[in-house]
Amino acid sequence: MVWMVLSDMAGSRVGFPYTSLPRIEDSQLRANLRSATTAIREKRGRVVAEKDDWEELRLKGEQIRAEVLNNLDSYLVKLEASVENVGGVVHWAGDAGEANEIVLSLVRQHGESEVVKVKSLTTDEMGLNEYLSQGGVMAYETDLAELIVQLAHDKPSHILVPAIHMNRSEIRDLFQGTISKGTALSDDPTVLAEASRLYLRQKFLSAKIAISGVNFAVAETGTICVVESEGNGRMCLTLPKVLISVMGIEKIIPTLDDLAVFLELLPRSSTGERMNPYTSLWSGVHKGDGPEEFHLVIMDNRRSAVLADPVGRQTLQCIRCSACLNVCPVYERSGGHAYDSVYPGPIGAILSPQLFGTESSKSLPWASTLCGACYEVCPVRINIPQVLVHLREKVLTEGHRSSSERFQFAILSAVLSSGSRFDLALRTISRLRFLINRFLAFGSLPGVAGKWTVARELPEIPKESFRVWWRRSRGQ
Amino acid sequence: MTRSVSLFVSCFNDMLFPNTARAANVVLRSLGVKVEFPRRQTCCGQIHVNTGYASMAVPLVRNFVNTFSGAEEIVAISGSCTAMVREHYLELANRTNDVNLISKTRELVPRVFEFSEYLTDVVGVSDVGATYPHRVSYHPTCHSLRSLHIYESAIKLLGAVRGLQLIDLSFAEQCCGFGGTFSVKNSPMSTAILADKVANIVNAKVETVVALDNSCLLHISGALKRNNTGVSVMHLAEVLAHGLDGVV
Ligand code: SF4
Repeated sequence: MVWMVLSDMAGSRVGFPYTSLPRIEDSQLRANLRSATTAIREKRGRVVAEKDDWEELRLKGEQIRAEVLNNLDSYLVKLEASVENVGGVVHWAGDAGEANEIVLSLVRQHGESEVVKVKSLTTDEMGLNEYLSQGGVMAYETDLAELIVQLAHDKPSHILVPAIHMNRSEIRDLFQGTISKGTALSDDPTVLAEASRLYLRQKFLSAKIAISGVNFAVAETGTICVVESEGNGRMCLTLPKVLISVMGIEKIIPTLDDLAVFLELLPRSSTGERMNPYTSLWSGVHKGDGPEEFHLVIMDNRRSAVLADPVGRQTLQCIRCSACLNVCPVYERSGGHAYDSVYPGPIGAILSPQLFGTESSKSLPWASTLCGACYEVCPVRINIPQVLVHLREKVLTEGHRSSSERFQFAILSAVLSSGSRFDLALRTISRLRFLINRFLAFGSLPGVAGKWTVARELPEIPKESFRVWWRRSRGQ
Repeated sequence: MTRSVSLFVSCFNDMLFPNTARAANVVLRSLGVKVEFPRRQTCCGQIHVNTGYASMAVPLVRNFVNTFSGAEEIVAISGSCTAMVREHYLELANRTNDVNLISKTRELVPRVFEFSEYLTDVVGVSDVGATYPHRVSYHPTCHSLRSLHIYESAIKLLGAVRGLQLIDLSFAEQCCGFGGTFSVKNSPMSTAILADKVANIVNAKVETVVALDNSCLLHISGALKRNNTGVSVMHLAEVLAHGLDGVV
């Protein structure tokens, strides 16, 4: 055991321990994140406490989402039929590449080179903006925070508040250098909002094509639902002639009645509001009202593989509320960029390794203390700690961690699976305790012990283990 | 009828915190509970499961179940070990396809209690007769609070201790950053979380921080000592043994 304490278990040099390090040390970022997450957390806490039936709602939400996932094949077929029945066109995409290709060719068919976008994680997952721009099409983000991130050539760091890592004066400087074309601005939020409004209005009026994600797709009616806070999404969903919405295969709910459950769960969990400000629902196309053409792109992108894992499957219940990010002690101190994925925080730590399987995403299941705060707030009761532990085992079984660590744990298991071997180990440690205590008090230590003692003292090994005392005194 | 319990002390306490186990023994005996310590006990297997080596925990589960299946009630002095048994044991036993082990595990799990929960919910006591005249904060550890839903038990027991002044800790329900091997695998993150916990403890101006898990307390005290705060840590059992006969 002492040997374990002294050897290094950290394994590879990529992944979260390394990507999070500069962020932990960035005191401005830490301060921005702490004040933002604390504020949302408290707001959520207040509005959730008002609902006596919150736990029942969560159970309902979980049950609806789990049932859909258990019967996803038939729901997908049903959704396709309903959407086509109301005049929409359904496209199937096996992966992100296919989804990107479908969207680009639709834009090209209409001879357009500009599109407006409603904030959408799924299109971020696909890397749609980059793909379109390589194909000569400029995609303008219209959600204020997404716009900020786009103008800064940065990446979103939060599911709901993509620019949570930036403060007002940083945003003012950015706007002055870009959309306000050198006009001096103050860092007053209304001034900043006005600058973005002037810029975005032109885009809404000139764009012929809009692209959105999907919060919920109702299988029975073919109705699509998008929720947002600013109304910019509503502009995109109503003004342009062509609307293309992209969804992962898991975003289905059975009926409009089920939607009522999520319209209660989602705003309280995500923004801490009782009701969502702009909830847009549409079913296909209607002459003289809104877009004349509606396309729904339904993308798998490894979701069916996630579905096949009985423990991992619940990950797909997620409604992207971001409550788990706001309560996570790790996210609060690392921010979203450290996760190196469009899905940060606790949901990202379980979703990214399953969807992307990249080397860095494989470190994410360990980027958690397993404190369980995420599970406690999740409106659809995803047992995130359970999935994290499951994925740790899965990643290791697939052989991506150092074998010296495996060897140490195998020895530990052999010692701890027998009372007499453990007896002997404890007695040996007691006998050497003088030496060990001396050594541990020695200052800079190698390996794991060194990582512990950077900021913490180690305990001393006591004279007598409990079992030795018990034997000597018979418990008296 | 005299109650009889088997104490599960956990490998960690056996080696590093024998005084906690001795204190639990004193408290239980003072309440007329007969205490046994089955010597074949070792470790619950949590470190293996939580690090990703769940299959290596299976022999530990087998050893635990064989050691304790004859016991009426089992009392564990670690919240996270109790949570390990409740959340993972059946699934791990199921992996063996050993019907005997599976059925023994199924019968055993509901008889495993965390120490404070055993006192308030099973024995039905809140005042054990202890005296501890100090300013104390309670840190509800993540596993005790969110896996086992134990909070009231500890508060009730502390509230009845003579002379003890219970001080609220701000953001008490937030994790201390320990997380088992997380504390070394993501050591800078672990200690960044810890720094905020320590600041809240210092602001509470208490003499002692009490919890149901010595593992978290080891991590917290590591920083309390390093920063010369003068604040000590103590497992609840040790507070409750203060002022009782036979205290260590
Ligand atoms: S995992 Fe749960 S809490 Fe996190 S974003 Fe998804 S629904 Fe929200």
